Amino acid sequence: MLTWIVRRLFQAFFVVVAMTVIVFVGVHVIGNPVDILISPEADQAERARIIAEMGLDQPLWKQYFFFVNDVLHGNMGRSFVFNEPALKLIGSRMPATLELAVTAVLFSICFGVPLGLYAGLKPDSVAGRAIMAGSILGFSLPSFWVGLMLIMTFAVHLGVLPSTGRGETAAMFGIQWSFLTWDGLRHMFMPALNLSLFNISLVLRLTRAGVRETLPMDYIKFARAKGLTPRRVILVHVLKNIMIPVVTVVGLELGSTIAFAVVTESVFAWPGMGKLIIDSINVLDRPVIVAYLMMIVLLFITINLVVDIIYTILDPRVRLETKA
Amino acid sequence: MSTTVAPAVREETPFRRFVSEFAASKLALVGLVGFTIIALLAILAPWITPQNPYDLAQLDIMDGRLPPGSPSMAGYTYLLGTDDQGRDMFSGMLYGLRISLMVGVGSALFAAVVGSSLGLLAAYVGGRTDTIVMRIVDLQLSFPSILVALMILAALGKGVMNVVFALVMVEWAYYARTVRATAMVERRREYIEAAECLALPYRRIMFYHLLPNCLPPLIVIATQQVARAIALEATLSFLGLGVPITEPSLGLLIANGYQYMLSGKYWISFYPGIALLLTIVSINLVGDQLRDVLNPRLKR
Repeated sequence: MLTWIVRRLFQAFFVVVAMTVIVFVGVHVIGNPVDILISPEADQAERARIIAEMGLDQPLWKQYFFFVNDVLHGNMGRSFVFNEPALKLIGSRMPATLELAVTAVLFSICFGVPLGLYAGLKPDSVAGRAIMAGSILGFSLPSFWVGLMLIMTFAVHLGVLPSTGRGETAAMFGIQWSFLTWDGLRHMFMPALNLSLFNISLVLRLTRAGVRETLPMDYIKFARAKGLTPRRVILVHVLKNIMIPVVTVVGLELGSTIAFAVVTESVFAWPGMGKLIIDSINVLDRPVIVAYLMMIVLLFITINLVVDIIYTILDPRVRLETKA
Repeated sequence: MSTTVAPAVREETPFRRFVSEFAASKLALVGLVGFTIIALLAILAPWITPQNPYDLAQLDIMDGRLPPGSPSMAGYTYLLGTDDQGRDMFSGMLYGLRISLMVGVGSALFAAVVGSSLGLLAAYVGGRTDTIVMRIVDLQLSFPSILVALMILAALGKGVMNVVFALVMVEWAYYARTVRATAMVERRREYIEAAECLALPYRRIMFYHLLPNCLPPLIVIATQQVARAIALEATLSFLGLGVPITEPSLGLLIANGYQYMLSGKYWISFYPGIALLLTIVSINLVGDQLRDVLNPRLKR
């Protein structure tokens, strides 16, 4: 078990190193930030000074060496545009993305589970069929377009919700959060709903399949025969058993929700990491791009590692497979 | 393979059986018809549209942002309104559909070739090749597609070919995994053993004996991936990382309308989105039915 974890950790480390090389070389091969960031009126001496200041005159392998050295010291370079440390810049945008992603995941449970439960209990009713048809749309609809339509409906035509930005924020643990103020919550509702649309469909389908599978089970029949109220049977006996796969999937989806926040943040001008990376790509702000990609790769490798290890501990079948 | 039950009116061939099973679902037929119409509209765009949206000489900036149904200077009606450049939305949409379909179908096919070749190789050669290929597949599938595409486009920059490349890089892993799984089962069959005993060259066994028998799941995956590729391309173009502004795909058309949405000019974003939605839904309907028909587990 321990050797397996150590090997798995080593693998993860190797992936991180490979990713630093891919990301760094990839980003440095294209485009020349010198042309983009230095004004055309700057004279030769000024150009040379800025190039030397940014370390762009060094050969690639040397730049990479400096880069890795800096990463190990927690220094991912300074943003060309904001002239701020890239890591600090991303860190300052991170709470916005995280609160959006977590809210979206909560939405997916709050909407997905009841809808799926209903569709599972009454699969032939009109509403049940409508829910299932709706979930197909949830998978097929391009989320950015849904976001635009939400803005059009609720912000432009009805004028009930604000369309862009984070709204008023309040501080907790020294970080600004939107969910602590009413105005912030109003701003968060549409982006979070938009981001959770795919997950709502996913959770809904999982719940429905789970309910259909669980209902004919003997222990449900027994619970009914015992004379428990239908309410108790469904809420305790059925729901408890289908929550395991639902929670697993939702946990796994947190990572991709953070990744897909790129799209939602761009639509709703939500000032999170995703919007930052898109803006940075458009102006070729390389330190920020590299830092963001490194951070998110690290995040995903950590999530995958943790999930793998938890699975191995929880499920003996996986453990046996790795031994074989 | 063909079962000649009786000299019936029509001999039942596997193809005919496939067609009749596919046609059993009305919804799938609707999807197929819908997709055919969409594809025809896209292919025939230059002959149907009243205007060539890429020809700047035909655009009149005075006609910009007209609502649907407005008459144009040249005499025809702007059925779906115009965008900020005075481009007829209907024409722009059909031309955008061409690019979306071309990028989607093209990348899916290319990824199918790359992915299934690698999957076949992994299954047939096995050993270290298998481990390396499948490790890369696992690694790649553990990242969301948009992130992989974002990384590639951040490195390569915008452009149609770069988007196609990014989509291929995102999708090949799905094909590789599916084909490998099927090929692992098929390669233990007797016909492969027979071919090996005949000392046929590896390449011939792989592509003439193994590959045709791995086709059913491959077709299902390919259909789903076309829909995914179209959606992803639209998303990337919407983010400004996809196709260049001179040749807008559906995603870019939607992005162009974004800034006018807040002033109530909905049609610039609304109609291309509907076109995108119909395309994706119709492909998915066909794909779902293909999956049911071609899945041996659901039969008999």
